[in-house]
Amino acid sequence: MKKDSHKQSVQTTGHAWDGDLQEFNNPLPRWWLWGFYGTAVFAVIYWVFFPAWPFGTGFTTGVLNDITYTTADGREVTRHWNTRSLLDKEMAQARSDQQQFLDELKGASYADIRTDQRKSAFAYSMAKVLYADNCAACHQAGGAGKVGMYPNLADDAWLWGGNFARIEETIRDGRNGYMPAFRKSLDETQLAEVTDYVLSLSGHAVDVQAAARGKDIFNGQDGGCHLCHTSEATGMVSLGSANLTDSVWTIADVPGQGDIEGKRRAVREVIEHGVSRQMPGWAGRLNEAEIKILTFYVRELGGGA
Amino acid sequence: MSADAYQARIPIYPRSVKGRFRTLKTAILVLAYGVYFLLPWLRWERAGTTGQAVLFDLQARHFYLFDLVVYAQDIFWLAGFLVIAAFLLFFVTGIAGRVFCGYFCFQTLWADVFVFIERLVQGERNARIRLAAAPWTGQKLLKIGATHLLWLGVAFGTGLTFALYWADAPELAVQVLTGAAPFPAYATTLFLTATTYVMAGLAREQVCTYMCPYARFQGVMFDEDTLVVAYDAARGEGTAGRRKPTKGMTEREARQAQGVGDCIDCGYCVQVCPVGIDIRNGLQYQCISCALCIDACDTVMDTTGFPRGLVAYSSERHLIGKKNRYLRPRNIGYALALLAVMAALVWSIATRNQVEMVARQVRQPLSVTLSDGREQNRYEVKINNKTNRTVRYRLSIAGLPGAELDTGGLSVIEAPPQGNVQLVARVKLEPRDATASRQLFEFVVTPLDTPVDEPLAWESVFYMPPARLARSAR
Repeated sequence: MKKDSHKQSVQTTGHAWDGDLQEFNNPLPRWWLWGFYGTAVFAVIYWVFFPAWPFGTGFTTGVLNDITYTTADGREVTRHWNTRSLLDKEMAQARSDQQQFLDELKGASYADIRTDQRKSAFAYSMAKVLYADNCAACHQAGGAGKVGMYPNLADDAWLWGGNFARIEETIRDGRNGYMPAFRKSLDETQLAEVTDYVLSLSGHAVDVQAAARGKDIFNGQDGGCHLCHTSEATGMVSLGSANLTDSVWTIADVPGQGDIEGKRRAVREVIEHGVSRQMPGWAGRLNEAEIKILTFYVRELGGGA
Repeated sequence: MSADAYQARIPIYPRSVKGRFRTLKTAILVLAYGVYFLLPWLRWERAGTTGQAVLFDLQARHFYLFDLVVYAQDIFWLAGFLVIAAFLLFFVTGIAGRVFCGYFCFQTLWADVFVFIERLVQGERNARIRLAAAPWTGQKLLKIGATHLLWLGVAFGTGLTFALYWADAPELAVQVLTGAAPFPAYATTLFLTATTYVMAGLAREQVCTYMCPYARFQGVMFDEDTLVVAYDAARGEGTAGRRKPTKGMTEREARQAQGVGDCIDCGYCVQVCPVGIDIRNGLQYQCISCALCIDACDTVMDTTGFPRGLVAYSSERHLIGKKNRYLRPRNIGYALALLAVMAALVWSIATRNQVEMVARQVRQPLSVTLSDGREQNRYEVKINNKTNRTVRYRLSIAGLPGAELDTGGLSVIEAPPQGNVQLVARVKLEPRDATASRQLFEFVVTPLDTPVDEPLAWESVFYMPPARLARSAR
């Protein structure tokens, strides 16, 4: 028996044509065959518990396998097993997990969020999404803004103040940035002189005498610039008037100009035409916790001040 | 012949044999079982954490191997280890064929133990064949039942031991036996009990023949110099074939005079074969190179007084009377690759740090101008503390003259035991102090209070916009 079983002969199906034409039969191993039967059994079990067969206008939905979840507006829904409901259920779970953190953050102080690794990790990751959805369209993904249009949030200069309370206020209520146009109240020479004075404030080499005259206009009746920018030209956070003595330029693209004439043109254009820009308030779109998280994130972007 | 939808397994009842290779295999078996079953119970002096010598703590992602603690981020060591294993397999297979299959594979080892149990309960090969053919009686039921019970016992021990590597062994073992262990422990234990019982007890050689991919691709590494277990057909068959040692045919001279070979056709080599092949038919894909047929034939040759080696480790080249070459380009290549990877792994483990740091530059925006005219780059710094204590670090920068580091008021950074700390570091530089648009510098982490490590450095880049650089140079 032993010897026979190891003979390397090929089985045939037993059919013969033309006398000697035969069909080989290479039988499957038994374990393979049982594996195959197993898949058939699995299929039948699957049909019972999961949606499977088309039936009339519908289909067999499967039994004992319903999915229950709560929708975003609080309704409880029970449906037969399907991947869409599975996703809805996971989303509901994620929402409730997130809510725990949001509730926690709502009551926490900014110092607490900053020092508690768990809270700050959540704030960071959620703020990234909130920032991308709400802020990045203007202020750019990394907060660099656009000179002349949207302030840079990643530097250390804050037009409207860089503490948590001021940033929170900015996000919640929005801001109106306004500077009147001076092309009618100042003549050509005066415009050039004020321009030179403004440039001299941040250390640019300009005509010293023109700048001195410009200073008088800046602080005098004709210009009246000091009313908003202060006589030291350091600006006021309550008005959002820019600090003209530092190296940060939010409207006139001075750093982007190659020579002093270009810089003059850039500054003068702002003085001539004024500034009028608006940031909308987000109180209607974001809830308190979200505003808090964004405030934390935006301040971290700029390193505070 | 009839047509069947399936091929039933043809049962194999390997006969026992004594000899050099059997002794070697038994020694390897005892060693392997000793290591596998006892290692989780070995205790190890270790400060502040587990006292188990080998423990894979999945939850904490800490893998303890004696004095080495492997963290999740060291996962490439596992890759290195697997590459070494692969090259070792290629190297050994090229030289000596399926050594792994025959001596070291757990399928071979466990099947060997299961056959040993079978023999212990049911007797030698002939007795087992008779028992299988016999009608079902109480005696047969007792013997077969005892065999399967013992198999299940060994299988359970195997499964439980595997689970013990992933938790505190004495605690988990008691938990499993008292029904208090967590679900994964039971799932692992029972799954491996089932697979061990099925693979080593029921499926046996079918695992090697039908399922195992290594068994298939090891064949492509063979060449004419590879050692294989081979039957010396020229000597065994002579010119007139093999013949039983009937009267007048027991002496070698008499056999040779008639052209009869040295093989006395006793069939011992076939009976001991665990995969049920006849080695005299030449090299076959089922052969796992266990060398038991060599032991069998040597035993028979000794009793007949013929020289040993009718079945022996040989090679295609050796069989046609040439000398084997071992220093082949392929073997040398495998050996060099193997040494290179081993050296790299040893070097990597030997020079591992207790502190790890990464500093990634924030690239959006690359830099900003500050109100005081300096340029600022931001970096996300992450420090990993691998020790069991809270360690305080100081972060500083080197190689960037004139630059200021701002870590948001944190002068000392505290990293929790076996944890990490993340912070944003801002580096500020006057444009006139910059020498190039891209300047390389280093973040340096200095452990403050404990004898942990040397200060650690991470090279990074400071970016100064070319426009600002050019202006300051003017």
